[in-house]
Amino acid sequence: MITKRIIPCLDVRNGRVVKGVNFEGLSDVSSPVELGKYYSDCGADELVFYDITASAEGRALFTDILTQVAKTIFIPLTVGGGINTLDDFDRVLKCGADKVSVNSGAIRNPGLITEAAQKYGDQCVVISADVKRVDGVFRVFAKGGRENTGMEAISWIKSCVDRGAGEVVLNSIDTDGVKGGFDLEMLKAVSDAVNVPVIASGGAGCIEDFVTLFHTLPKVDAGLAASIFHFGEVQIPDLKKVLRENNINVRL
Amino acid sequence: MIGIIDYGVGNLFSLKSSFEAIGEEVFVSGDTTELSRADGLILPGVGAFADAAQKLRDSGLDKFVREAAQNGTPLMGICLGMQLLFEKSFEYGEHEGLGLLKGQVVPMNGSLPSDLKIPHIGWNGLNIADNTCPLFRNIKDGDCVYFVHSFYAEGCEDSLAATTEYGKELTAAVAKGNVYGCQFHPEKSGTVGLEILRTFSNISKNA
Repeated sequence: MITKRIIPCLDVRNGRVVKGVNFEGLSDVSSPVELGKYYSDCGADELVFYDITASAEGRALFTDILTQVAKTIFIPLTVGGGINTLDDFDRVLKCGADKVSVNSGAIRNPGLITEAAQKYGDQCVVISADVKRVDGVFRVFAKGGRENTGMEAISWIKSCVDRGAGEVVLNSIDTDGVKGGFDLEMLKAVSDAVNVPVIASGGAGCIEDFVTLFHTLPKVDAGLAASIFHFGEVQIPDLKKVLRENNINVRL
Repeated sequence: MIGIIDYGVGNLFSLKSSFEAIGEEVFVSGDTTELSRADGLILPGVGAFADAAQKLRDSGLDKFVREAAQNGTPLMGICLGMQLLFEKSFEYGEHEGLGLLKGQVVPMNGSLPSDLKIPHIGWNGLNIADNTCPLFRNIKDGDCVYFVHSFYAEGCEDSLAATTEYGKELTAAVAKGNVYGCQFHPEKSGTVGLEILRTFSNISKNA
């Protein structure tokens, strides 16, 4: 049976991983290539590289870095950040990305999903949604979670899947950074609404949070996190061992 | 030396890089003279079967691949490249494949339990069906590899080398003589995948 995936997410600005990383044995803790290799070696099932660069120079640097990562690491790579056009898809796919995640670019132009899915296949297009409760309703936020679009989240995500998005990353702004566990209520609403893989993001603080996620919501396919992996609070080999002990199928 | 067949389908960057990473000489080409110098050939592919089969025919590479395989050159199809090895596919219509292996390609849709997501995307375990398959010399039953597909091969019992469980046992790899195929992506399957590519390279050198 297909395994549940554990996915570290790396934010890259001007060619460097940001949000300080705390590992022993790495000569350069903010090198995306070294960190990517570290995660790949310790059993990450996929890597997400998120380009948070604002400048054109930074973007070119990101593309170079991605090429180096893809030459070094032979697990699936997903790239997000600054994806607004088919040319952006083309740029990162040519560097070795397997999937491309769209967020604000799809909010501005939902047709981007349709075009990309037709050109590269559904499996290549990931819709990433930042969602927050506003007066009890799940709302989609744009621009890194700063701007309320007013759109209801479940219908937005469904419409993206209908357009051809092959996977959903659901980032709960409400639980993000709190380290109190994933947003199970929000994740249930989304995974009940779509029939493509759903990746949980936002809120993981410890190994138990992943066990609870996969036990409570067997339809969720993957757990994504950043700082708990970067700071070594959760080690991926330990996490996978505990998941396996709890009868959750993972790749060891 | 491994030759990756370029017929305008898919991105060959990772595939080429993965051979380089294991220290194998590799090149990408659509030129039959160049490709005929390779010890082993890789037939890659992503996207739609009909489109890929047409591109192979248009470039004349279908004839080249068939002849190379019949002359004993080790050939490995990957993902859609594996599906093309079969007689035909029922992916949106009925389309002819290379016919190097007995069997056909059919949609998952309608033949798997309805609660399963399609495409079958992710890491899944290999159930090795043929312990003598040279491709899996260094691979253990249960080793995980990375799949992305919505169609699968059936009726290929005589070449079946490994399956994977997704609602039912799906064809994961095939091997017959010097013709091999992986439904999964060895170039995205971590150390297990690289080991399979290394084994194929060694098979090619010794062929």
